[in-house]
Amino acid sequence: MKPFRILAATAAPLLRDNIDTDIIIRIEKLVGMTDHSELGRWCFGALRYLPDGSENPEFVLNQTPYRGSEILLAGANFGCGSSREGAVWAMMQIGLKVVLAPSFGEIFYNNCFQNGMLPVVLDRGSIEEIARELEPDAARRSVTVDLERRSVLSPRGKEYAFEVPELRREALLEGLDDLGLTLKREAVIAAHEKRDRGLRPWIYQTVEVP
Amino acid sequence: MGKQDVGGVRMAGRTMFQKIWDDHVVADLGDNFFLLHIDRHIMHDLGGPAAMLDVKQRGLRIRNPELTFATVDHAISSAPDRFGTTETGIRLLTGLRAGTRDAGVRMFDVGEPGQGIVHVIGPELGLTLPGALLVCGDSHTCTQGAMGALAFGIGSTELIHVLATQTLVQPRPKTMRVCFHGTMSPGVTAKDLILHLIGTVGAAGGSGYAVEYAGSAIRSMSIEERLTVCNLSIELGAKIGMVASDDTTFGYLKGRQFAPTGALWDRAVAHWRTLPSDDDAEFDREVEIDVDRIAPHVTWGTSPEQVLPIDGVIPDPAAMVEAGKRAAAVAALDYMGLEPGRPIVGTPVDWVFIGSCTNSRISDLRSAAEIARGRRIAPTVRAWVVPGSEAIKRQAETEGLDRVFTEAGFEWREPGCSMCLAANGETIAAGQRSVSTSNRNFVGRQGPGARTHLASPAMAAAAAVAGHITDVRSLGA
Repeated sequence: MKPFRILAATAAPLLRDNIDTDIIIRIEKLVGMTDHSELGRWCFGALRYLPDGSENPEFVLNQTPYRGSEILLAGANFGCGSSREGAVWAMMQIGLKVVLAPSFGEIFYNNCFQNGMLPVVLDRGSIEEIARELEPDAARRSVTVDLERRSVLSPRGKEYAFEVPELRREALLEGLDDLGLTLKREAVIAAHEKRDRGLRPWIYQTVEVP
Repeated sequence: MGKQDVGGVRMAGRTMFQKIWDDHVVADLGDNFFLLHIDRHIMHDLGGPAAMLDVKQRGLRIRNPELTFATVDHAISSAPDRFGTTETGIRLLTGLRAGTRDAGVRMFDVGEPGQGIVHVIGPELGLTLPGALLVCGDSHTCTQGAMGALAFGIGSTELIHVLATQTLVQPRPKTMRVCFHGTMSPGVTAKDLILHLIGTVGAAGGSGYAVEYAGSAIRSMSIEERLTVCNLSIELGAKIGMVASDDTTFGYLKGRQFAPTGALWDRAVAHWRTLPSDDDAEFDREVEIDVDRIAPHVTWGTSPEQVLPIDGVIPDPAAMVEAGKRAAAVAALDYMGLEPGRPIVGTPVDWVFIGSCTNSRISDLRSAAEIARGRRIAPTVRAWVVPGSEAIKRQAETEGLDRVFTEAGFEWREPGCSMCLAANGETIAAGQRSVSTSNRNFVGRQGPGARTHLASPAMAAAAAVAGHITDVRSLGA
């Protein structure tokens, strides 16, 4: 996993609540997928394209200043819905690296950290404030997200502090994933299992009764 | 159980969630993160094949194949004899067969009792036990918390982690208790209760919480009704929903294929009886819902929180205070082709889908069949019934429900997820309107441009008969 430390980049506002994972990537694009690189063109498909397949000019990431943004300012409950990690993969394929939202779908939030993408929880008011700074001045669209300092810097330099689980922060800063660390804990896992087999044997005796 | 005196310190009671969580802590990783033991892992055709391949390619093995199970549900066709399964669907089925055979994982294959939607077969086979920690690469795994288990959905990377280590790194959520008090009126179902709750607290209202459903209405529910309630926890924003196990749970489980037997059963039940929340357990949030006044519900928008009682009118976004909610409502009404201020009743319907991990169990089919019996669906409507599992399908056929449906003009299909998420190519055409017993009315969920209204099986059957959204109680439910 690629480490994440600090990013200063263009941010795009998509402030509608409940952008779900079906909107981010449709299931049939994942069913047939053989490689993540196929997902980029379908990311936000329901918003990005018109029924005839052409680009929807109303969609923020189709608009010239925001196309290719690396930071997304989002509404509440972003990434709600399905557990599909493909939602994160698809967003990464179009270059997104950070999402700022008042709240996230929990599984999506977890999935971000597994892939080096940073979900930042900021209250709605702060996000709307940052979004307002983006709009009037096209030259000032750059938002800085600093994971080491746990802060977001608006285009005009206003600082917003955010919280992120320390375990996740450290892993992201170092580019470490859970699996490598857990595999080193095999002895602890085996000891737990041995003790648990005595306490709850019915969990482990998965005998099929015809 | 009251407060316990431990070493002179008064200990507050624990919630059911906390007790089960504590039973599974392998290591405390600090900062509220824990390494948890996974008791049961069920794989499906979408996530399973790739994950098993990944584990192999990393030079790892499936650590506990005896705690891992698999079935095919997402990408398989629901057409009679499974004709119409896409090439991709067949590739995934073949991949799941090969991977499970290779690793010694029990797979429930097509045509075999045990095949079905993951969250239907878990309880049905007795795999999902009270106090167990169960995961699956599907967000509706929360359904299975109805058994008194701790069950939640995971992503692809987490799935590989579980296969390789039989553990998972998780932050401990806060706890919420939702008490449903009172008695459901005729025509009102478990689906209406949970939709009402989501409409009340919002689609993010449960975010960050493990939700325990309690109260007299939950206690008097069957297991199948509790499964429906827990199913929509994720639509409330909560990854985990659960109901304390009781005699209803034990009665349901006893004698099932993978349930413990003999002395082991007695020992298990004795443990399970210690798991409900202590009387003095404290929750981070409490919600009280009066069930008596809840009417049948139906969604109007593209989030399950955009829901109203069947006698309600479509809301006006202009009256909404929060900008994010207003923007979502404007977009939803545009997508759904609906006008504010009009009654939801009478909205014409093209499709009816009865199925999914929410509402495809035998009691759901019986309740829909009760409405369909002796009636015909409207000529403008196409209606499908997709049972949740092979076992349910066979039971329904024994009871003659398949004939009730087909005589009324419904199509009787093979078990799987089908049109709930349209991963198998079964879609509703753009602009067409569906009443669906599933769990998500998201944009494009049932096909690009398809418009979905969520409702109970009886309400869906009533809509099929009427040809428009209607109050099931007007049909004498």
